[in-house]
Amino acid sequence: MTTVRLRHVHTDLALHQLRDRDGGAHPLLLLHGLGERTPDSVPLIAGAWPGSVWGLDFTGHGDSSRPSCGGYTAEVLLADVDHALEVLADDGPVTILGRGLGAYVGLLIAGARAELVAGTVLTDGPGLAGGGPSQHSPSITHARGGVDVLQRSGADRAARLDPDKPDPYALLELAIDVRPADYATTYARLAVELSPVDQPLSVATVARHPWIDAVADLPGVVRERAADALRRFAA
Amino acid sequence: MTDANAAPEPVPRAPLRDEVAGSDLRPHPGTRRPDRFRHVDSDGLSIAVWEWGEPDAPPVLFTHGGFDFAGTFDGLAPLVADAGWRVVSWDQRGHGDSERAHLYSWGADRRDALAVMDSIGTDPIPVVGHSKGGALMLSVADAVPHRISHLANLDGLPTSRLWPDVPEHHRTEMRRGELAAWLDHRRAARTKIRRPGTIEDLADRRRRMNPRLSPEWLQYLVPIGGYQQADGWRWKIDASLRMGGFGPWRPEWYTHLLASMGMPVLCVLGLEVEVMGWGTLPEDVVSILPANGRFAPLENVGHFVHIEAPEVVAGLILELIS
Repeated sequence: MTTVRLRHVHTDLALHQLRDRDGGAHPLLLLHGLGERTPDSVPLIAGAWPGSVWGLDFTGHGDSSRPSCGGYTAEVLLADVDHALEVLADDGPVTILGRGLGAYVGLLIAGARAELVAGTVLTDGPGLAGGGPSQHSPSITHARGGVDVLQRSGADRAARLDPDKPDPYALLELAIDVRPADYATTYARLAVELSPVDQPLSVATVARHPWIDAVADLPGVVRERAADALRRFAA
Repeated sequence: MTDANAAPEPVPRAPLRDEVAGSDLRPHPGTRRPDRFRHVDSDGLSIAVWEWGEPDAPPVLFTHGGFDFAGTFDGLAPLVADAGWRVVSWDQRGHGDSERAHLYSWGADRRDALAVMDSIGTDPIPVVGHSKGGALMLSVADAVPHRISHLANLDGLPTSRLWPDVPEHHRTEMRRGELAAWLDHRRAARTKIRRPGTIEDLADRRRRMNPRLSPEWLQYLVPIGGYQQADGWRWKIDASLRMGGFGPWRPEWYTHLLASMGMPVLCVLGLEVEVMGWGTLPEDVVSILPANGRFAPLENVGHFVHIEAPEVVAGLILELIS
């Protein structure tokens, strides 16, 4: 596995190449779930991909650097992926396979940089639901130290057990990141309208959450098995 | 091209009251620099805290708006301090003399606010917030109501009135442009530093977003919120920050918290709608004012109520908290 280091404003990102295969197909980019990192080798689900396979460690995860004192949003991770596309999509669009949080961020980049993404597959994984579809009561939680500690989530408790990466603030803040259905569908519409491939969004999740159902119900979005979607996007 | 991520050259902090002589600060009528300065550690991030008034006076916390800094209270804070209060304010992360953060969010700002409050004590205290700072303190008050005794909101009630009312397909097209601009900004921000200029240049640039404020006031702010290098002055604010962010956030999420407030509340609204404001109208406020709330609309005053009418606003705040 080789790693390319990318600079995203103040953060160092790790973009790993899991397999180098020229001449087959365009690259596949793996986006991990909340609290995870890029696997050490190509996962089984992507084993048949005919091109090179890459994985990005989000800010505060894996080999990417950890910011001080949090401030995570899914939109910052969207920009993480955009930095990876700046490298990977130089010769053409890239297919994305996202798990959990990575599936949501994969949807965002599929709409935001539609011309650089040749299909996105949304699969189950940690952080898929986020903080639900609507506003919740604001809270103030310190993931390390602090005085006014309010233990409000399992992610927060888990974070206390591990002071290292994944960044406890990432676990805390991205677990409550609000994901309205109409916000998600805006990105899905952009992807469907502007992508270089037909039916560019594949929903392969078992879990049903409001943002996923809203996206899956749109014309141009396909519910299918991840393996089928990858075969379709590789063609 | 300069690397914005390289270790920044040491930037001198803004002067205190007793450091003004010999500094580049241009005196401005009715202003006074803070009496004290200190740092607060917010889980590893250094936050610059400023204080006016006697250190043993009862505290009141002031919160500035987006792209501002605590020094923008140099007109209002002394009026409240001279009435017997210890005014405490801080430069939000990435603003003024606080450390630049890797990431920015409302949740992180709330955490910094509580770190500053913890540095004052654990008794409930009055808070005052302008613009984004007003919305921020509404969310802090909702999260930790036991820490706040009174709340004054200075033109800080976000509404979607200035958001264009367009069909869904047009909104999608607008979103496409916003997204591309924001992602392009993030790509460029790794090497971006703020443009240098004279004090007059920086004041002129700021006046485009603050057209009702005098050039002299804006020039006064430059040596506080800016720093000088060989090629000129620059604003200290982190160049990675950008006006008009995006995301799932809806303005009403914070404004509607007003109706939940259990402590005495004051809402001051400048009735002159301008570029940096939210476009909030009196009926937006009156309809959600809590039972213990007071609404104070100010005629012929814009978004920066504390700068345009400091005596009036100080009087209203003192009526609330005294």
